[in-house]
Amino acid sequence: MDYFQLLIFVGLIALGYFAGTAAEKKHFAQLIEREQALGPLETTNHKRFDAPNNVEEIQLFTGSAVIAVDYFKVFVAGLMNVFGGNVTSYESLLDRARREATLRLKEQAKAWGADAIYNLRIETANLNGASKKPPNIEALAYATAVRFQR
Amino acid sequence: MILSNLETVPGKEIIEHYGVVNGSTVQAKHVGRDLAASFKNLVGGELKGYTQLLNEAREEATNRMIQQAASLRANAIVNIRYSTSSVAAGAAEIYVYGTAVLIR
Repeated sequence: MDYFQLLIFVGLIALGYFAGTAAEKKHFAQLIEREQALGPLETTNHKRFDAPNNVEEIQLFTGSAVIAVDYFKVFVAGLMNVFGGNVTSYESLLDRARREATLRLKEQAKAWGADAIYNLRIETANLNGASKKPPNIEALAYATAVRFQR
Repeated sequence: MILSNLETVPGKEIIEHYGVVNGSTVQAKHVGRDLAASFKNLVGGELKGYTQLLNEAREEATNRMIQQAASLRANAIVNIRYSTSSVAAGAAEIYVYGTAVLIR
């Protein structure tokens, strides 16, 4: 029976490794593609606005994404808790969540006709809180988009 | 209602302040979504259901803040901040606050 449990454990790690890595690769490729398709958009996190006085309209935009970890990442993070050091498997997870959220915000702003984005703020929260469950990371990006008169 | 997370509304002048307004919602995930999330925690990837759920919650919180500002006869809210916290394992609180102002 113990062998059976071990088999399930190894199977889940393998599933997490193969499915999780494939999903992450696909997501990163998609992020790069969409970031290039979006093109340049002036973005700052200044909270003061001191541009010329030719503003046509402003609007607040938000973008968010909830990304789940896979079983392999949880396992690696558990190991790293013993040895210490950078938990790269979670670093890439947070990076994906933040980039996805920022990109969603920018895509909406661009569609609205934004010329610049001010005060971009990014919040990160773990939806599973302090519980023992594996983390589900939510990244929220919000910013004020400005459209200038032509 | 004009919303901005800057200290001002670009291109407008603030003529009156009405103080801080806020809105919040506590959203629980339902069992079906929680089940899907448990599965996703094995293979990784985006939890689209949660993304949508939290977006709806954020919209609700923002609407509550707007209603509060409207009752003060404000026409804009500046310096808006969002925060998300997990109050319990199955529930998230979305909180939004800002300053209600009158702009011209």
